[in-house]
Amino acid sequence: METVIGLFNYWIVIVLMMAGFYIVIAQENMIKKMVGLSIFQVAVFVFYISMSNVFGGTAPIAAEGFTRYSNPLPHVLILTAIVVGVATTALGLALIVRIKEEFGTIEDDQIRDMEEHGEESGA
Amino acid sequence: MNPADILIDIFLLLLMAAVAIAIVRSHLMFAVVMLSGIFSLLAAVLYVHLTAVDVAFTEAAVGAGVSTLLFLATLALTHVNVEEKHKPVRVVPLVIVVATGAMLTWGTLDMPHYGDPEAPANKHVAPRYIQESPKETGLPNMVTSVLASYRGYDTLGEVVVIFTAGVGVLVILGRGRRRWRPGVKDEDGDNLEEERA
Amino acid sequence: MNRHSILRVVAKLMIPYILLFALYVQFHGDFGPGGGFQAGVIFAAAFILYALIFGIENGRKVLPARINRIVMAGGVLLYCLVGLAGMFLGSEFLDYNVLGPTPVAGQHYGILLVELGVGLTVSSTMIAIFYVFAGQDI
Repeated sequence: METVIGLFNYWIVIVLMMAGFYIVIAQENMIKKMVGLSIFQVAVFVFYISMSNVFGGTAPIAAEGFTRYSNPLPHVLILTAIVVGVATTALGLALIVRIKEEFGTIEDDQIRDMEEHGEESGA
Repeated sequence: MNPADILIDIFLLLLMAAVAIAIVRSHLMFAVVMLSGIFSLLAAVLYVHLTAVDVAFTEAAVGAGVSTLLFLATLALTHVNVEEKHKPVRVVPLVIVVATGAMLTWGTLDMPHYGDPEAPANKHVAPRYIQESPKETGLPNMVTSVLASYRGYDTLGEVVVIFTAGVGVLVILGRGRRRWRPGVKDEDGDNLEEERA
Repeated sequence: MNRHSILRVVAKLMIPYILLFALYVQFHGDFGPGGGFQAGVIFAAAFILYALIFGIENGRKVLPARINRIVMAGGVLLYCLVGLAGMFLGSEFLDYNVLGPTPVAGQHYGILLVELGVGLTVSSTMIAIFYVFAGQDI
């Protein structure tokens, strides 16, 4: 029981990560792939934040009467990673909009078919 | 360790897993985007529970706000409502995913348990930050002082990445992009020229 | 979008407070939760809300895309200049100890300016991305 409680966070992180992974490799819609990547990303964030937590610890803002704090370093890494993540997601979505303009579809398999049959629908 | 804390933790994590699986199964793109917003909000609540207040703040503002907005804008621009071709569950990817998940789960078995103050991750530089940073920088918020001072190079790199991503979006979708593409006649080139800036 | 009077009134009421809250998060981030990244996104949210309710063209009038792009680069530049200031005052890149009369004061100035640079870049990048996405006409 103690092992289950001690590792439960990591197991759910793996479930989330694999859900994102499945979307990326098995589903064709590119917007959905971006959602899958962001799920994967959040799974990594939850993993880091779970590791930084300490039982009985408080938020890492120094205050009178507290001696035990959570580890601030993973918080810093993830805080910046979230904002970088949205900026890169925006870049991916911009590419998707361009792909739609160029190919008329954002389904990965249809674009692959088009390229194999050499029918290029120019803009 | 407080049993109520553990229960809240387990409940939020299960809720997140349920939302993630709903995203995998949904074929309605609008629902997928909305569920991803809910997913981010749940993550923010979980971060508050795990005492990462700064991270929760960021996730609530970015993940649930701006990111959902950008996904909706992309949906509107690409006129996609439903994923085309409702496909059944595909076997090969599923096998790969389950195998990877099983290996990762096996890998967690000898990890330090959740909330363990003696975990190696919490023993290396964290004690120094916790004890010295309020004295050295005079700021009580350790996250801010580590972010801006101790790891200043790192944050500079992150800001440059954000800037670069912004420039990338402007280059790909900004006005006047058609003028840069070689070999394409731009019918409304004059208008673009005037509209620029 | 022009007839949503409830949205327009509520947005007009909210936007000043969103901006004020963003400034609070920016400059109180040293003492409570917050900092440049969060403040930048909240600041951008105010402009995005304005552009959503009153139309993207009116949004561009309030904050022209050209100025926004300058601010976007200016934030990164401010960050680098703070780092270089440490070098010119006889220490290493991004060492804030020499920026003030005492090391603690120097750290305080350095962190404040660096967070300001982060906030400027993040907010204007978010606004730029939104302008570009909302300004597409396909």
